[in-house]
Amino acid sequence: MTGDDWLDAAKTDARRRQLPALDPMLEALARATRALRAAEWNLDAASRPATDTDETDDAPGT
Amino acid sequence: MPLVPDTPLHGMAAAIQSGDVSVQEVVEAALHRIETLDAGLNAFTLVMDDSARLAASHADTEIAAGRYRGPLHGIPISIKDLIDVAGVPTTAASQVTDRSPAGVDAPVVARLRDAGAILIGKCNLHEFAFGTTGEDSAFGPTRHPLDADRSPGGSSSGSAVSVAAGMVTASVGTDTGGSIRIPAAACGLVGLKPTFGELPTDGIVPLGPSLDHVGPLTRCVADARLMFTAMGGASLSAGSGQTTPLTRRLGCPRPYFLDKLDDGVRAGFEQALERLRDAAWTVSTSPIRHASDTATVCLHLLLPEAASVHASSLDRQGEAYTQGVRLRLEMGRYVLAEDYARAQRGRAVLTQTVDDALGDHDALVLPSLAIPAPRLGTDTVDIDGRPVSVRNVTLRLTQLFNATGHPAVSIPCGLTTGGLPVGLQLVGRRSRTAQLLDVAQACEQSLRFSSATC
Repeated sequence: MTGDDWLDAAKTDARRRQLPALDPMLEALARATRALRAAEWNLDAASRPATDTDETDDAPGT
Repeated sequence: MPLVPDTPLHGMAAAIQSGDVSVQEVVEAALHRIETLDAGLNAFTLVMDDSARLAASHADTEIAAGRYRGPLHGIPISIKDLIDVAGVPTTAASQVTDRSPAGVDAPVVARLRDAGAILIGKCNLHEFAFGTTGEDSAFGPTRHPLDADRSPGGSSSGSAVSVAAGMVTASVGTDTGGSIRIPAAACGLVGLKPTFGELPTDGIVPLGPSLDHVGPLTRCVADARLMFTAMGGASLSAGSGQTTPLTRRLGCPRPYFLDKLDDGVRAGFEQALERLRDAAWTVSTSPIRHASDTATVCLHLLLPEAASVHASSLDRQGEAYTQGVRLRLEMGRYVLAEDYARAQRGRAVLTQTVDDALGDHDALVLPSLAIPAPRLGTDTVDIDGRPVSVRNVTLRLTQLFNATGHPAVSIPCGLTTGGLPVGLQLVGRRSRTAQLLDVAQACEQSLRFSSATC
């Protein structure tokens, strides 16, 4: 599943579940997931576009 | 009888053992301090005054009969209200939990009781330990003892305040992304996250089971060692405080860990490094490769683990959670399994890079908390003229070592110009927590900065 497909599906489901406040958090999570998938140690990272690590800075931290 | 507020654990233990003070006097002093201060600080969810007085009476009887158990005998401590204490509820500072009493003590609590510690009460926290400020709590926010408009850090907010304000001598907290070290740094205390798995987390409400740790918050390293040893179930007799030879070499993991710091924290940390160098420590740069991947790896580990823990409760009573905690838990339900697996690979890579950075150093040295205690009610702070998320920046320097399992301890190293504490973090080799405490105790002596005379 591509990141865009995942984000669309997640936001649709969150709205169906009456959780629209999740929208911006899911967008931030999507940026963090792109960074995770692009990390050079990932087995499939070479096929991913490089990602600015700063994109994780507004992720909904742990 | 000025025992509770400013006396470190080992000093109080000497007074109790010698009979200079009774345990009942110590416990009454602690309860009086709580009665005087806690209405303004909100550190406790439950004060166990009756059971504490009864335990104190028994302790005095035992000690008078020559049955002194060791340095924790008669010492008043508090327990984060995420940890089971027999006979009282474990609330996790949430409306979600039922209020039925725990049947038995968590193992770490049972061991502290066996060592003679007196349980004074249970401490406030960020709901389910899923936050770094202590603001989202069914009991209301805990407040910083030096400035009531600020957070003491979290999630072990009440534990830190109960020690910093002199209401107890030591506390037990938990740490999934920094929840012991962050409030320890913000309040000028010592906070120890041991090696992953070293202390049992049974009887503790989980958050991220592969990241959860339990450990002590104290006024100095010697006291943290006493608590850690007791929580580990080891004997407190000779040997528990023994030191091992040190090289006095520390590695500082620039960049990343020093890239985004409040000016006051940066100044306090750099001054601390100078004091260490003046005391014949060698501090060299020792980068942690891939450190900039820390946040995204930890995020994809914790969110799905926390969601799995809370899935049933979210479905049954989602609206009973505080809004911020509920949304973060819900978000975890959308992380794909393939991304959790990627994060696990990232964890393995990062674990190796931390091992590599440790090299032949005694420990890694870095700040514990990138900002001073944040103001309550603020989501962002300015660093270098840019707004940054309080939640993200408070986790930035600590969460890596939850993922890798390395032991880490925060010790106080100075104050900002505004008078707020700055914490210095030391990271040791896995399964060498006692060795890390040796390093921390030596650094503490070199820094000559502590909230207590230890």
